[in-house]
Amino acid sequence: MADRDAARPGAGQDAAEATVTFTLDGREVTARKGEMLIAAAERAGTFIPRFCYHPRMSSVGVCRMCLVEVSGPRGATLQPSCFIEATEGAVVDTLSDKVKKAQDGVLEFLLVNHPLDCPVCDKGGECPLQDQTLAYGPGESRFVEEKRHFEKPIPVSELVLLDRERCIQCSRCTRFASEVAGEAQIDFIGRGEEIEVNTFPDLPFSSYFSGNTVQICPVGALTAAPYRFAARPWDLDQVESTCTTCAVGCRVAVQSSANRVTRLLGIDSDPVNHGWLCDKGRFAFEAVNDGDRVTEPMVRIDGELTPVTWHEALERVADGLRSAAADGPEGIGFIGGARLTNEGAYAWTKLAKGVLGTDSVDAQLGDGLPAAAVLGLPRATIDQAATAATVVLLAGDLREELPVLYLRLRSRVVGGDLSLVELSPQATASTPFASVSLRYRPGDAAGLARAMVDDTASLPAGTDPAALAEARRLTGSGPVVVVIGRPSLAEDGRLVAEAARILAEARPDCRFLPALRRGNVLGALDMGMAPGVLPGRVDLDDARAWFAREWDTVPERAGRDTVGMLRSAAGPAAGGSGDPDPTVRVRALVLLGADPTGDLPDARLAGEGLDGAEFVVQVASSTAALSTRADVVLPAAEAHERPGTTTNIEGRVTRLGQKLVPPGQAWPDWMIAAELASHLDADLGLDSLHGVWDEVERLAPAYRGITRSVLEAAGGDGVVAPLATSGVGISRRSVPGPLDPIAFPGVESVERQGAPPRAGFAESPTAVTTAAVATGGEGGAADASGREDGGTEGDGPPARPPLLGVPADLGAPRVPPTDSYTSRLVASRRLYDRGAAVAASPALAALVPEPPVRVNPHDLDDLGVAPGGDVLVRTATASLVAPAVADPSLPRKVVAADFNLPLAGGSIADLIDATAPVTELRLETP
Amino acid sequence: MAVTDAPRIVTSRIGFDDSHTLERFLATGGYEGLRKALTMTPEAVAHEVDAASLLGRGGAGFPAGRKWSMLRKNPVSYLVVNGDESEPATFKDHLLVERDPHQLVEGVLIAAYALQVSQVFVFLRGEFALGLERVQAALNDAYAHGAVGEDIFGSGFSVDVVLHPGAGAYICGEETALLESLEGKRGFPRIKPPFFPAAIGLYGEPTVVNNVETMSNLPWIIRHGGAAFAALGEGRSTGTRLFALAGHVRNPGVFEIEMVKTTFADLIHAPVLGGGIPHGRELKAFIPGGVSAPWFGPDQIDLPLGQDEVAAAGSMLGSGSVVVMDDHTCAVRAAWRITKFFSRESCGQCTPCREGSGWLERIMERIETGSGREEDLDLLLDVCDNIAPGLTWPPQQTTICVLGPSIPSSIGSAIQMFRDEFLVHIKEGGCPYG
Ligand SMILES: Cc1cc2nc3c(=O)[nH]c(=O)nc-3n(C[C@H](O)[C@H](O)[C@H](O)COP(=O)(O)O)c2cc1C
Ligand code: SF4
Ligand code: SF4
Ligand code: SF4
Ligand code: FES
Repeated sequence: MADRDAARPGAGQDAAEATVTFTLDGREVTARKGEMLIAAAERAGTFIPRFCYHPRMSSVGVCRMCLVEVSGPRGATLQPSCFIEATEGAVVDTLSDKVKKAQDGVLEFLLVNHPLDCPVCDKGGECPLQDQTLAYGPGESRFVEEKRHFEKPIPVSELVLLDRERCIQCSRCTRFASEVAGEAQIDFIGRGEEIEVNTFPDLPFSSYFSGNTVQICPVGALTAAPYRFAARPWDLDQVESTCTTCAVGCRVAVQSSANRVTRLLGIDSDPVNHGWLCDKGRFAFEAVNDGDRVTEPMVRIDGELTPVTWHEALERVADGLRSAAADGPEGIGFIGGARLTNEGAYAWTKLAKGVLGTDSVDAQLGDGLPAAAVLGLPRATIDQAATAATVVLLAGDLREELPVLYLRLRSRVVGGDLSLVELSPQATASTPFASVSLRYRPGDAAGLARAMVDDTASLPAGTDPAALAEARRLTGSGPVVVVIGRPSLAEDGRLVAEAARILAEARPDCRFLPALRRGNVLGALDMGMAPGVLPGRVDLDDARAWFAREWDTVPERAGRDTVGMLRSAAGPAAGGSGDPDPTVRVRALVLLGADPTGDLPDARLAGEGLDGAEFVVQVASSTAALSTRADVVLPAAEAHERPGTTTNIEGRVTRLGQKLVPPGQAWPDWMIAAELASHLDADLGLDSLHGVWDEVERLAPAYRGITRSVLEAAGGDGVVAPLATSGVGISRRSVPGPLDPIAFPGVESVERQGAPPRAGFAESPTAVTTAAVATGGEGGAADASGREDGGTEGDGPPARPPLLGVPADLGAPRVPPTDSYTSRLVASRRLYDRGAAVAASPALAALVPEPPVRVNPHDLDDLGVAPGGDVLVRTATASLVAPAVADPSLPRKVVAADFNLPLAGGSIADLIDATAPVTELRLETP
Repeated sequence: MAVTDAPRIVTSRIGFDDSHTLERFLATGGYEGLRKALTMTPEAVAHEVDAASLLGRGGAGFPAGRKWSMLRKNPVSYLVVNGDESEPATFKDHLLVERDPHQLVEGVLIAAYALQVSQVFVFLRGEFALGLERVQAALNDAYAHGAVGEDIFGSGFSVDVVLHPGAGAYICGEETALLESLEGKRGFPRIKPPFFPAAIGLYGEPTVVNNVETMSNLPWIIRHGGAAFAALGEGRSTGTRLFALAGHVRNPGVFEIEMVKTTFADLIHAPVLGGGIPHGRELKAFIPGGVSAPWFGPDQIDLPLGQDEVAAAGSMLGSGSVVVMDDHTCAVRAAWRITKFFSRESCGQCTPCREGSGWLERIMERIETGSGREEDLDLLLDVCDNIAPGLTWPPQQTTICVLGPSIPSSIGSAIQMFRDEFLVHIKEGGCPYG
């Protein structure tokens, strides 16, 4: 069994759920059928001590700490309460003398060989062994012999160290590795007292999820290199927040001391991360602490960025933007936004679209999907994907891009009844457990989708008919969720979106989960940071009148996306990269926490665009990400330094916690926009973070009803936008999660607004007060919160604009046929790349790989190059020589490489043409 | 050899030099039992075994017929034969696999037919080099002879038998650890409930696990009928049983003896059996059923070799090994050695056994080597009590499997029977036996 979806959505609410009644310490208690005694007792307010039990993993019953007396045919016997189910009529005693003696005995046994080096142990102070010894253990030790010794510590990976002497053999780490991560790279060796956790010889525990083992180890046996000896737990302060390293939005406890983040721990959010984090999310905080931070506003003077006051900097920006808008507001473009909070994104959208009047705003950097598709396709939650009959993966490798989403889906495939249909140009980490993997050449995604839903459609070349038939069968009935992202950065996003559109049209009940990876990219899109849309998932034209009520202006026509802005800025100089709409050239670019040079798949276009722009403003937090082309740099607060909200791939809105004071003069992102507006002689009307949110809730249709009080009541799990009458957006964890200090040691005093205290855990998850959330879903019927809409609705038009629906036409480009000499490029992502977050985190930076180019073995053969040898990859405009390996998962004439990673011989971004539907290339011998 | 005139049931061919060959086997009634069984209904075969009251010979002594009948409620998927025999002083299956491998194969086939399984795994201790060779040869012969495989003897019944060598861990004799091992995993015992092999066994399917000797009795039972078997012995302990006699006797070895009708005194002293204690020494103590069992003193030597009789006296016949200690034996050292065995062989999975076994071993070592303290006796018993609460027999357990609560048996017996000897060790700072 794998990571447990303890509460399938709706399961808890099911009144007909089967229950059993048993006697617990003399009182009658009701348990769910199949529930383990330990969990049933806990919900009934009786905590049974434990070590090996973990609510998110299968029970093994090995530590024997949870023994209770259960009466049976042969009288009462000691049974592990984590391993036997509550049964009707059972009589359970957790307090008898026999139980107490057993607990005492187990703890004494555990301490027999345990080194008492608590003073120098990272777990000291938050250690389940310490704590439970105090509560249930013997007062003194009767052991006088020599303890077992091991060499200590040994590294099991670059990030994790193991002190085998401290290990209590609970198998949490090994179970996590094999069951949850599916990477059984650590296991027990030896037996008896000599048993130890270890890796296989010369094979490190190289999992993206290794940090979780450190967090769930109930002793200090596993330690994380970045935290080892760094702090004592009692010196740490904590806030609850959401990880914005990617868009999964895992719930985290951010712990700090002396205004430095010391570590991040996963919080068990039932709908999202189940307590798990990926190592990037867990360890990237080092960038906040130690990455070279931008701390002052700077203006380029004589080629050098020179510190100035905020006033000077903003004046300079205002001047620059004004002159760029001389021919029209579209002369200004805004690129980026995924690093902003929702509040920041709204403020910048309002500045761009509502003050300056330009619609050229794009939070994505040519690596995403058309906003119309992301915002218009019916959205799925992670739970809906996990509990669907079939998930169609039409995205990059989820383990590389959205790691914890990968865990959630994997566990349901391996341990449940979810089928996976993968459409991808190359094998991914999900391929081994996918029911079907349909390989396609870049450009063929839409054709393949068409073939899946229409058996008269012609098959893209090379499609395996048997696999297609199986894919059709699996998607033919039952709930289907499509995870849609970018299988390749060298394939126009509209082609993939078109595939999704086809599936949505053919299967209207199909739901979609966008696999966009940048932190708050979904929040930024929701806040209107894309051309053609306005905040709240509405179309620019539909919503113009609605926003015109409150905004100074609203753009008259749709603007350019990032690629369009850069092409326009590059101007005639950019040979071939002409602007499809040359009326107003982009002259100023505002980079919002983004740098196209590293982030845009097409390096040449990025360079030409920035070079061509007359004026470049960059809002940045890390000097590592500074553009050499920036004329003005405005320092922004980073994650953990600013409160606000964020929105994940599901549309789930959660609150961010502020733990640190921003360094130097860095400001929260929304405030920079508001101040800049005043330098443009406008008033953004936003003077507090709460004020921004109140306006979002009031104006952005998809966020209607998500008031601050609703968010507060929803606690760490947040709410999914748009709120629906069914209350689907709110799920309440039904397993003991963060409050269980043994399951997630170190996570303390977690924010659990609205959740009843453990002792009073309700039998079925209660929805947050229905009145607070049950507003009309899409289109909005009654506003059950009781708040009137300022009377405007009653005054007639403008009416609240409708939410975007399935787009009718995405303008997907036609893919020209290729000749037999031409290959197509697949550019994929890796979790650890040259991005700023990894670069500035020493622990992670060391893990950045340098993978070779991958080629179909027959193609490599035809070329006469031995695997590992160099190939020459040539496009119409560029070429590079790099080592190549054979990858049998690739179709013929497909060449794959990883984006934004070191590659001997250059960078794959030099080859990608973002303006072409697919990047075509020739493979030659160097 | 037997002191009663009961027939030899499982050792009838042992006298022949070529007892392991198909020729000898066929010349001495080989496969008659199987041929007969194939003419009966599976139910009728199982009924004979039930009527025989054949108690499992692997240690727990559960009636084979009852085990099978419980399984008849849901179809059995696998039969697994336990030949791991790794307990010190236990070597009776060793004899059967080396000297009469065909009899084992025939028994296995009869059981497979009765249970209607089509796949059998025979798990043999890895160190049984000759046994593995001979059982493999017997299986190959049997395939060639038409006794195993497709359509056995034209009956329409088909079964495959796979021989699987163990990898050297005692714990893999515990049936659920054995199943884990067969599945290619670490030999960690499973937790019962719910992992009773009959319910959730090999690959999660209902599975019968039986001992080598249990299987080897089946050809005779089918040939002569369950009633003939039940006529031997007394009460629940019917038929004959193999006893591996070890320790301070003139003739250590394996003896087939009619149950209950024979006593420990007969086994140890009868000239045709143990032949008495050599060097004119006296009996100090004996272990009636393998090193997991509590010890008996000379006063219990007249107990009959019957399962319930021995149980009533507070121990067990267990694995069929009887260890004799003469009066020159140091009880502390004997118990220490046994504890050391368990500590090395604990699978390490559950806390009380993993940590308790090592701790008990250290305390015993201290006492034996002269660093004992008087309070160590209470400590030993209390640590034992934390593994086997109440120190009752049969034991309760805080552990996953019964290896853990086997550890207190010898320590508890040694302290209870020879407390003074412990005190001498402690006072004199060493072992009085040198
Ligand atoms: C630690 C331990 C070791 C065991 N070793 C063996 C063994 O080597 N051979 C055996 O047949 N049974 C052994 N058993 C007993 C088996 O678990 C099981 O009861 C037996 O194989 C069932 O067969 P039977 O019913 O024919 O006796 C052992 C049990 C334990 C707890
Ligand atoms: S290292 Fe920690 S988590 Fe792993 S088995 Fe040991 S105590 Fe348990
Ligand atoms: S999966 Fe994404 S949100 Fe979760 S911890 Fe990793 S980077 Fe953070
Ligand atoms: S009692 Fe001993 S052998 Fe049995 S499971 Fe526990 S540790 Fe392993
Ligand atoms: S045995 Fe139940 S918690 Fe470890």
